[in-house]
Amino acid sequence: MNSDELQQIAETVQHQHEQFDYEVNVCMGTGCLSQHSDKVKDALTKEAEASGKRCHVRRTGCMGLCAAGPLALVDPIGTRYGHLQESDAKAVIASLGEEPLESREIHLEKYFHGQQHVVLENSGHIDPEKIDEYIGRGGYAALLKALTEMDPAAVIDQIAKSGLRGRGGGGYPTGLKWGTVAKAVGTPKYVICNGDEGDPGAFMDRSVLESDPQRVIEGMAIAAYAVGASKGYMYVRAEYPLAVSRLTTSLREARRSGFLGNNICGTPFNFDIEIRLGAGAFVCGEETALIASIEGKRGTPRPRPPYPAVSGLWNCPTLINNVETFANVAPILRNGAEWFADMGTARSKGTKVFALTGKITNTGLVEIPMGMSLREIIFSIGGGVPDGHKFKAVQTGGPSGGCLPEEHLDLNISYDALIGAGSMMGSGGMIVMDDTSCMVNVARFFVEFCMTESCGKCIPCRAGTAQMYELLTKICNGEATHHDLELLIDLCDVVKNTSLCGLGQTAPNPVLSTLRYFRDEYIQHIDNHRCPAGVCACSTNDSKAAELVEVEA
Amino acid sequence: MPVYQVPALPSEDKRWRIVNGTMRRHGYSRNALIETLHTVQSSFGYLDKDSIRFVAKSLRVPLSQAYGVVTFYHYFSMKPPGRHTCTICTGTACYIKGADKVLAQTEKHLHIKVGETTPDGNISLTTARCVGACGRAPVALIDGDLIGQIQAGQVVAQLEGWAAHE
Repeated sequence: MNSDELQQIAETVQHQHEQFDYEVNVCMGTGCLSQHSDKVKDALTKEAEASGKRCHVRRTGCMGLCAAGPLALVDPIGTRYGHLQESDAKAVIASLGEEPLESREIHLEKYFHGQQHVVLENSGHIDPEKIDEYIGRGGYAALLKALTEMDPAAVIDQIAKSGLRGRGGGGYPTGLKWGTVAKAVGTPKYVICNGDEGDPGAFMDRSVLESDPQRVIEGMAIAAYAVGASKGYMYVRAEYPLAVSRLTTSLREARRSGFLGNNICGTPFNFDIEIRLGAGAFVCGEETALIASIEGKRGTPRPRPPYPAVSGLWNCPTLINNVETFANVAPILRNGAEWFADMGTARSKGTKVFALTGKITNTGLVEIPMGMSLREIIFSIGGGVPDGHKFKAVQTGGPSGGCLPEEHLDLNISYDALIGAGSMMGSGGMIVMDDTSCMVNVARFFVEFCMTESCGKCIPCRAGTAQMYELLTKICNGEATHHDLELLIDLCDVVKNTSLCGLGQTAPNPVLSTLRYFRDEYIQHIDNHRCPAGVCACSTNDSKAAELVEVEA
Repeated sequence: MPVYQVPALPSEDKRWRIVNGTMRRHGYSRNALIETLHTVQSSFGYLDKDSIRFVAKSLRVPLSQAYGVVTFYHYFSMKPPGRHTCTICTGTACYIKGADKVLAQTEKHLHIKVGETTPDGNISLTTARCVGACGRAPVALIDGDLIGQIQAGQVVAQLEGWAAHE
């Protein structure tokens, strides 16, 4: 494959687009498929053929607004439809070229226009299993450019200059990591894509893998060229069957088109990718545990250093990046590092995809430039809290992150600002809670999660999370004393500072952040034996609580 | 150097050939353990002692390591599943939207706890830690089909439907 051939494919795709006046893109992501968008698409295809109009119905990836599924987007006029049924197919096709079908049209300008798509630029516009459509939107131009015009050092230099930081949550500068692996002595080298999105409440990686898998493959190939690797692994959760099947197809297509395999694009560069399935262990998102899992062992972490960049998979230098990080690579090389560095804040560049869920009107996937305020994301793009309830807290960073209250809503999203406020960026889950959620109960939920997901290798995490859970249960049941609360705070400190890996070190975060901002709720549980939100066990028996108060008095 | 003899398939069952195929594709290398166990589970529905022994022997992995891997990962099950499975997601987004209540009501209806199968072997109840469909929370997987924005009554109605087909 050379640039002329790439150009030719792009032109053919363009020509195909020109044959149609209208293209109806139907979302076939997991969210919309659960609402039978496949049947809607079949009905639309049938109607489109019967109508004789110059229109084409296409299967695409996620369009973001999962709450209003099944979704469809009519190109080029940009009409969006939601809540589509099979029976709407005739009316939708008939409305092409006329007034849009008012009853199903979505008018959410704030949701769509507040976003800036880099990672999701193709999601909802291309068929994820057709490599030509990806090429038609500029795909693989970056790989070709890297292989034919740049040496590996120049690629790393571009990534470093762009200011891209790891999107898995840690925020380690990507260019620096690539540089370390490139300099590391030893062969072979490996590139691993971390698609073990275990963080409950986050589905950015699933969506990217389902909607635009070629983008991740291209990013991995560029990374492999930059660090000198010839073999890559894509570690994906077994819970994402659709993502796995689309990836398998995409890898085959990429091989057939010569973007994977030997002598890629006529250069001496060889690279291939193998898929490895996760098996439901949250701790495997930690890089050393993930490596153990690929080696076919129990996914337990090991102390670092040595870092995987020096000694990783089978003790060889290994580059591990998150799905979203790899998805950012191709646009950076295509548009230049300066273009990317222009977006975002001083130390957090580019955009970030968030999964907006919980008690919020527009649940779904959003991609926003770094530096946008939480208030804008939740109330403008997200449409605020539904059913007249009051906003209480937003949880970012999953079980490792924290809950931020209303007074922090004007915080501008960046890695450092979130850590400063006691939370973290995490992989991008953003869960909104209203006044019906009890913060002690939420903290207990996360600690329970960490307790069951602890691999058991180090004692602070294995025993500490279990004890934290016991103490929190006691508080929730209204049986705790102030001494228990002090014990909990002490224990958090121990677990945080002495655990082996990120799971244990961050497990106390939900407790510490809720204690920092919602201490009065803990106190109410302890002093008055009642749950202000009416969620915990103690509040179901108010009369018993009243008795207790009397006895104490 | 003696050539390693791959053990014979445990039985005539054709599914063993699928399992063997996965191991062959990975050159019977030890790191194919998890991949092979995935194949066994998707072919047989669960992992029994014989299958773990066979895989461990074929890949020259200590039986203790194979057993350790099976019990470490939540995805692997050593109990045969019921004819139907009902999986309720208990990820954060689903939890905030009341998945715990749905789960409690389902447990009550079936008289079993999470991870168990009804005594007649009809329905297995499990939970998942996020299936990535948080936009539709709370969600359940009914025989593998994802259903979004579930109500407690909806799941129970489905369960009653299964019981009626007996």
